[in-house]
Amino acid sequence: MLADKDRIFTNLYGIHDWGLKGAMQRGAWDNTKGLIAKGKDWIVNEMKSSGLRGRGGAGFPTGLKWSFMPKESDGRPHYLVVNADESEPGTCKDREILRHDPHLLIEGCLVAGFAMGAHACYIYVRGEFIHERHRLQAAVDQAYEAGLIGKNACGSGWDYDVYVHHGAGAYICGEETALLESLEGKKGQPRLKPPFPANAGLYGAPTTVNNVESIAVAPTILRRGATWFASMGRPNNTGTKLFCISGHVNKPCNVEEEMGVPFRELIDKHAGGIRGGWDNLLAVIPGGSSVPCLPASTCEDLPMDFDSLRDVKSGLGTAAVIVMDKSTDIVRAIARLAYFYKHESCGQCTPCREGTGWMYRVLDRMARGEAQKREIDLLLDVSYQIEGHTICALGDAAAWPVQGLIRHFRHVIEERIDQYAANPKPVDAVPMQAAE
Amino acid sequence: MSVRRLHDVQPAGFKFTRENMAWAKTEVKKYPSGRQASAVISLLWCAQKQNGGWLSEPAIRHVAELLAMAYIRVYEVATFYTMFNLSPVGKNLVQLCGTTPCWLRGADDLKAVCRKMIGAEKTITDDGELSWMEVECLGACVNAPMVQVNEDFYEDLDAATFEKLLDDLRNGRPVSVGPQVDRQKSAPVGGAQTLLDPALYAGKARRVPKKAAATGKPKETPARKFVLKAPEKKATAKKPASLTKDPKKLTKARAGGADDLKRINGVGPKIEGILNGLGVFHFDQIAAWTRDNVDWVDEQLSFKGRIDREGWIAQAKQLSREDKGK
Repeated sequence: MLADKDRIFTNLYGIHDWGLKGAMQRGAWDNTKGLIAKGKDWIVNEMKSSGLRGRGGAGFPTGLKWSFMPKESDGRPHYLVVNADESEPGTCKDREILRHDPHLLIEGCLVAGFAMGAHACYIYVRGEFIHERHRLQAAVDQAYEAGLIGKNACGSGWDYDVYVHHGAGAYICGEETALLESLEGKKGQPRLKPPFPANAGLYGAPTTVNNVESIAVAPTILRRGATWFASMGRPNNTGTKLFCISGHVNKPCNVEEEMGVPFRELIDKHAGGIRGGWDNLLAVIPGGSSVPCLPASTCEDLPMDFDSLRDVKSGLGTAAVIVMDKSTDIVRAIARLAYFYKHESCGQCTPCREGTGWMYRVLDRMARGEAQKREIDLLLDVSYQIEGHTICALGDAAAWPVQGLIRHFRHVIEERIDQYAANPKPVDAVPMQAAE
Repeated sequence: MSVRRLHDVQPAGFKFTRENMAWAKTEVKKYPSGRQASAVISLLWCAQKQNGGWLSEPAIRHVAELLAMAYIRVYEVATFYTMFNLSPVGKNLVQLCGTTPCWLRGADDLKAVCRKMIGAEKTITDDGELSWMEVECLGACVNAPMVQVNEDFYEDLDAATFEKLLDDLRNGRPVSVGPQVDRQKSAPVGGAQTLLDPALYAGKARRVPKKAAATGKPKETPARKFVLKAPEKKATAKKPASLTKDPKKLTKARAGGADDLKRINGVGPKIEGILNGLGVFHFDQIAAWTRDNVDWVDEQLSFKGRIDREGWIAQAKQLSREDKGK
């Protein structure tokens, strides 16, 4: 188990003071001026050698992303935008940072913004996090008052402003270009890339969009050194990560653990084991709703990191572990996710707009057994028609859970269909509820 | 995509109150000049709040005029984002998360409660107090199942607690926000298993040490709490200022039991407990405190100067001698 001294988010559960004094006592804002004095190149190189991969789901190396920003300004301002539009089902880690350790985030905004030549930062908080937004704003106000941000931030000679912005309930705004559109006051519909945000992002200016967790860990990495961070986890999957363990475990919780922690250790040590014991495990969605589910047989010794999960055709995503025990109707569970994507599709690309609704309707029938077996292959085929044929990754995210279901639980769907065919109107049938 | 339309019946007009208007003007200043459209979501949100929880067509027009935006652009935003309610809602709008993580832990039971107590989705109760709708993941999945009522999250619900919650809200009785079971935010039930190392919270900036380190921790592990000394966390970054100052500690009282520290004038049961927590059980320990030790303990107790004022060390020396003499 990760030692307490190696944990970055020391107020994860909100037991201690979230304010400036408490945060400073826990080590935030310690010699930030010194970090900035070491220069942009040092910060970017340190982030690169720490091996930090973006914590928002895609796992793109953070240091590399920062280095894409133009070295010199061509007259346009540079922007840092922090993606706090956390809405991936299963994920609830950024909320804890916003409400319990906001100063880690604000300090991260300063060093990250400095490293990419930005003088302004927008933090886009999802609309539903109203108290979290107020808490963050209060922390920003404290930091301004203490001279940590604003003119001559921390006495470093760098001017830096942090603004808190909020959305209004659209999952798609977690996609970086949709987030920029939304920040500009439009519908959150993703933009075609290229041009990438590093060239033309917010208001057409060079912009980097990072997840809350990626930014919030940066100051600690810089203070304690890239080698410290890189010493945890495995090569290419380094450091610590916030895991959100939900579903059928005895004690669902958030916890910070080392990357590559075996699944069983994670569940047993922190979440009190699977409800009803390990033999009762049916399936796991290891990284938020967008990644394919895995059957119990592959899970037990599985290291929880980007590469290991990719090797079993799933993904770490946001490290939101959704556990399902044998009482779960897995087809219904995935159908509910399909409904989620139907609801959240922005409607811009036809394969996604039409496909997500189509997949939901078919899965809804399959959950009742009212389908033909040949439709399973048809569904799989349609999911491949959506994947990779849309502007943003929401189409992929909608297709993967369905593909995972068919890959591992095809027999469940077939049994369901057989059952229904044998007894089309079972006496104890539960009436379907409208999914609106 | 969800199809969303404006309500059939629209009020005659809408205007921000003077307060909200002033607020809106500061909100626009967050963005570069000419980019005032960026404030559209926060202004619409403010308008919705002022309008009793839903967004009317005149409100949309009002915001468009304020921000010098085409009406259709604001209309697009209002219909795109699902937190804008386009028809009236109850005074307490219950948004029930029905996505898979909540569904796995019983969101369907909560829906049944809503149907029973409020009625079909999107109906408003006759007294205007409650209405409900199913929403997608609200980002509190480890506290599932949960609902959001207006601005507050209510977590770790079940049918019984939810029914009581709705009843309390309807009748204006006080309710507690957050987890509805005995639980610290998103920590596991029964107390956190991590972040127990007191060294994490003994950093140098401890001008206000107060009781932060002592509250909220699980009670069953007091022995572990203060045995670890060196603040290893941030070792490279911070000078562990308290290292040299804290007095010699014992993990438990010596054979023969702890002394009754309450015999020192000024020490009550509360302070005795804190001292024991700090590894101080005997008079001779207190008697041996140096100047630095006194300062350190002073901070722990957050009673500035009390040790000196009440002469604890002299008292402890006296009491220690008396006990030995027996």
